[in-house]
Amino acid sequence: MPLKDKHIYTVSQITQEIGVVFENTFGLGVWVEGEVSNFKVAASGHFYFSLKDEKSVLGAAMFAGANRQLKFKIEDGIKVVCFGRVDVYGPRGQYQLIVDRVEPKGVGARQLAFEQLKERLLKEGFFDPAHKKELPLMPFRVGIVTSGIGAAIRDILGILRKGAFGVDVVLRPVRVQGEGASLEIARGIEELNEFGKLDIIIVSRGGGSAEDLWAFNEEPCARAVYNSRIPIISAVGHQINTSLCDLVADIFVETPTAAAKIIVDRKNELLSQINELRHAMGFSVLDKINSFKNEVTRFRHSLKSPLDRLREKEQLLDELAAALNNNIQRIISITSEKMKSFIQRLDALSPLKVLARGYSLSISQEDGCVIKDAFKISPGQRVKTILGKGAFLSTVNEIIKKESGDEGEAIIRR
Amino acid sequence: MKEKQSFEDDLKKLQKIVEELSSGKLTLGESLKRYEEGIKLAQGCSSLLEEAGRKVESLMKKDGKFALEKFEEGQEDK
Repeated sequence: MPLKDKHIYTVSQITQEIGVVFENTFGLGVWVEGEVSNFKVAASGHFYFSLKDEKSVLGAAMFAGANRQLKFKIEDGIKVVCFGRVDVYGPRGQYQLIVDRVEPKGVGARQLAFEQLKERLLKEGFFDPAHKKELPLMPFRVGIVTSGIGAAIRDILGILRKGAFGVDVVLRPVRVQGEGASLEIARGIEELNEFGKLDIIIVSRGGGSAEDLWAFNEEPCARAVYNSRIPIISAVGHQINTSLCDLVADIFVETPTAAAKIIVDRKNELLSQINELRHAMGFSVLDKINSFKNEVTRFRHSLKSPLDRLREKEQLLDELAAALNNNIQRIISITSEKMKSFIQRLDALSPLKVLARGYSLSISQEDGCVIKDAFKISPGQRVKTILGKGAFLSTVNEIIKKESGDEGEAIIRR
Repeated sequence: MKEKQSFEDDLKKLQKIVEELSSGKLTLGESLKRYEEGIKLAQGCSSLLEEAGRKVESLMKKDGKFALEKFEEGQEDK
């Protein structure tokens, strides 16, 4: 093609033309995905950074008006998807992406914001167990931050009405979702602290999607919970995700009902504890009384009156006397039995009995001996003869020799 | 208004009395006196827990001043 037919652009013209091509091609906006690097915030508030992948780099700018809405922080190294138009910057002959919106790649913006805030609060010590306050022994006055028309307040009051009817409730009604809800919740917590006279605060909502619960994941709420002087029970989130509010709170439970049950359980535990103490006291005192009773009984035994002792001796004496009497009676009767038998035996042996049968007994008058041998006496000797009845004196006439024996037989002459 | 503090103090006193009584170091007269005190404390604590008559109020802040209003609980037990 001859040179004169050629259209020759000035640098500015071609730059402008390129701008038009870009405008026509990318004018409605494009989505570009890449990793953030060289992120800078200018004094003007504009963000400047690069998007890159393995092979290429694309400059990007996000102006202050656009980036004010950003929920998370852009940092080097994070993967993002940006929406914007490609613009040519003439003075440098460069093109760049003018970013309107940024979404973190993979997770949602909110989720990333959540992770980033969580990281920051963690560093600030918001989740530190040492910062957690202990619940009072018994919360008699309970502050509640939740919606005045939601299920949460209804559930909590229902449980308290049945189980802890002595507990006073101060509700600080707030909006729990929508723009500004987190700030409203935070203000509620602050005002209940300011109001004071409360033992605990329950921060709650009655369930919903992660989206609905978002206010409890935002910084104002987390900060107010952290700064509360009054211990806080968080009952937000149900089973899905643990909210930041849950993590910062002194205690967290899954449901409003569970929060109220903590109070009811506390009450019941305390009641049974008091009952046990009461019983323990009763046992101790009863023990004491019983040990004193035993001691008194012991003393009473060792401290008998003299009269009692005299009576005791008298009684002993009576008993001994009775025993003695018995013995004597027995001895007497035994002895008399013995005597009777002796007498009978004696009687049988009596010579008088023999004499009564016709025998007689002769006694020498000279020596007084019974005469048993006729040859031991001599004629002329005087003899006394005793009979069964009476006796007589006689003189021996003759000694007779008996043929049948060698014994003599005296012929006695009266 | 219910006094959380006095409740906790009373409960502590009660626990101390129980300890003293179970130590067996008191005379009978002292024991009976402490027992009587203890029963009073236990009754006080129990009735504080069981006492009916709760209030449910909502807190409003108007012109920098707090105001409590009776909160209508809506439907009672269904």
